[in-house]
Amino acid sequence: MEAFFKGVRPGTSGLKDKTGSQKDGSKPGRKQAPPPWVEKYRPKTVDEVAFQEEVVTVLKKTLQGADFPNLLFYGPPGTGKTSTILALGRQMFGEMYRSRILELNASDERGIQVIREKVKNFAQQTASNRTPEGKPCPAFKIIILDEADSMTKAAQDALRRTMERQSKSTRFCLICNYVSRIIGPLTSRCSKFRFKPLSKDILIQRLQDISEKESVKAEPGVLESLVDISEGDLRKAITFLQSAHRLKGDLGINLDDILEIGGVVPSKWLDKLFDICKSDSYEKLETFVTDMVAEGFSAGQLMGQLHDKIVFTEELNDKQKSVICNRLAVCDHRLMDGADEFLQIMDMMTVIMHQLCHASS
Amino acid sequence: MSLWVDKHRPTNLSKLDFHKKQAAHLKKLVHGGDFPHLLVYGPSGAGKKTRILCLLRELYGAGTEKLRIEHQHFQTPSKRKIEIVTIASNYHIEVNPSDVGIYDRVVVQELLKTVAQTQQLETNSQREFKVVILNEVDKLTKDAQHALRRTMEKYMSTCRLILCCNSSSKVIPAIKSRCLGVRVPAPTVEQIVTVLQTVCKKESLSIPPELAERIAEKSNRNLRRAILMCESCRVQQYPFVPDQDIPEPDWEVFLKETAKLIVQEQSPRKLFEVRGRIYELLIHLIPCEVIFKGLLKELVNNCDGQLKGEVTQLAAYYEHRLQLGNKAIYHIEAFIAKFMSIYKKFLEESMADVF
Ligand SMILES: Nc1ncnc2c1ncn2[C@@H]1O[C@H](COP(=O)(O)OP(=O)(O)OP(=O)(O)O)[C@@H](O)[C@H]1O
Ligand SMILES: [Mg+2]
Repeated sequence: MEAFFKGVRPGTSGLKDKTGSQKDGSKPGRKQAPPPWVEKYRPKTVDEVAFQEEVVTVLKKTLQGADFPNLLFYGPPGTGKTSTILALGRQMFGEMYRSRILELNASDERGIQVIREKVKNFAQQTASNRTPEGKPCPAFKIIILDEADSMTKAAQDALRRTMERQSKSTRFCLICNYVSRIIGPLTSRCSKFRFKPLSKDILIQRLQDISEKESVKAEPGVLESLVDISEGDLRKAITFLQSAHRLKGDLGINLDDILEIGGVVPSKWLDKLFDICKSDSYEKLETFVTDMVAEGFSAGQLMGQLHDKIVFTEELNDKQKSVICNRLAVCDHRLMDGADEFLQIMDMMTVIMHQLCHASS
Repeated sequence: MSLWVDKHRPTNLSKLDFHKKQAAHLKKLVHGGDFPHLLVYGPSGAGKKTRILCLLRELYGAGTEKLRIEHQHFQTPSKRKIEIVTIASNYHIEVNPSDVGIYDRVVVQELLKTVAQTQQLETNSQREFKVVILNEVDKLTKDAQHALRRTMEKYMSTCRLILCCNSSSKVIPAIKSRCLGVRVPAPTVEQIVTVLQTVCKKESLSIPPELAERIAEKSNRNLRRAILMCESCRVQQYPFVPDQDIPEPDWEVFLKETAKLIVQEQSPRKLFEVRGRIYELLIHLIPCEVIFKGLLKELVNNCDGQLKGEVTQLAAYYEHRLQLGNKAIYHIEAFIAKFMSIYKKFLEESMADVF
């Protein structure tokens, strides 16, 4: 694991010791960057993976020698998909990790050509059921296709054939955020596991754990609000915690820091936006939205927060809410397509304004 | 002779004129040792780039200012050759992957791998990682964004990314989950006034507070614009007077006049004339969304409350459609035609009301 994170390559191996000697006499030492917490606290064994009991149970059985199916992991970011398979690989193959596991992700070229050649070649190598030291180990190799949802249909088609032909010696593990982008014939050849967004309890527990180990100073309530904005994404929660800690240092993290790091639009802006809609003045709205965009708040984030507000407000009836939510969905989608933030917010707010001022029952 | 905007760009985190608290926090971040990937976002002219360059300097010292421009060549899987310009020092490399359009993924993949796998050239630099600055990440294709995901984790030990963009809505959640988001709000009018005064002082000029204020108001909280306007005021007339003319960019005047034409007459003939003007703007590389927003701002002035909303929604609709298509003129023209039609109806109806 250690070697992996240090990114050992021919040129850089043993960097740690080397820097020591190179440094002597020159500037007072190159800082050895400590690993980021997401890596430091990445599960090292399958057992350490939190909250995904279903897949953990199955994988633990395979570690004890049960049949190993082709796998498909899917679910939102930061829920443990990559960590799980890496941990499994380490536990299964230990030292032989490199010769038994091929990891290809979206940063690697994965067109049909690569699937036909690289993947096929790797799959065709035989794997014995003994380690070089003579200990028993599984007689297959694993090909991890991380971020498989960004593979083209053609490449997926090619993969399908390779998967069938090499089923004796090779297992595949496909990982993605959106299972709908994987072609049917591939999903049907795999055992599918959905990785759920982590529950609040688990997130809190992990964050508390890390805070203690790293002596993080934080106001009460900080971890809770961190959990709220991370939406079940543990990586996000950890990254934010570490960033906040580094930004503030001994000053201690307070609630505002978390909201700022999370890019949350402060509620006073939202309230004001609503008041302006009620005033039915297009000019005021235009000025305010211009300011809001100048503040750099993310329009996508704003849409999410507006949604929460609309759903629970008592100033609108159900019919009005449905009209507004419908438009929220449209605008949010358009933003994802790259539409202009100012125009989409204005579109959204003129609809809300109309509903508030001219469409009451 | 360089422009004031470049000449007086602060190069040190502690010299930044506004959002000082954020600058102080960033300084802490640098000295904390471990440094996360950053996603720096905010409107244009808010000083994101300046802040990033200061950060680099804080990380590595003055060496980050010795820049070289390089032309890098890559080959796509379909054997197409692409070329892209990068700006680099011994410690960092900066690139704008969307320059190569749909081939941005190749640039992202190849460039990052090369950087991550080559060792730091100067062994006595203080860090063992290099920084890659990717500009306009909100313009990256989804493909290229996906290509960044695992890379960002895998090469963490040798390379850090600083992603820079205007609109963080367009960045996929999986990337946001791997970065520290740094929001850089546009400076307020007062902050701009202060900066203008500082710049003028450095140029040994004295600027009347009223003029600074007027320029700041007119800049739409865009600092780069404010400084450029201030410099052109200087060229036009010095000593400054409080109520002197502040030159507006030609294209802005042109766009306003175009909106006037649209309101004047709604007919195919006029539409044809307006099209010519839109082409003119596009040829001068005025971004489409700026054209949409500029037209909208002027057009709604001639509408009543109900119609204002409708026109706004039209602009939002057509600007979105433009993102999906590839010929801007169609969508801008469609918006104008649609506006003409509903505006004409609106005029006729209000005429009918009168009689
Ligand atoms: N279930 C989990 N148990 C323990 N740690 C987790 C879990 N999920 C995520 N983490 C933490 O979050 C980090 C990122 O997780 P991981 O890389 O596995 O996410 P992922 O599901 O592959 O996300 P993506 O879809 O963005 O690739 C890990 O390093 C670990 O610190
Ligand atoms: Mg992953």
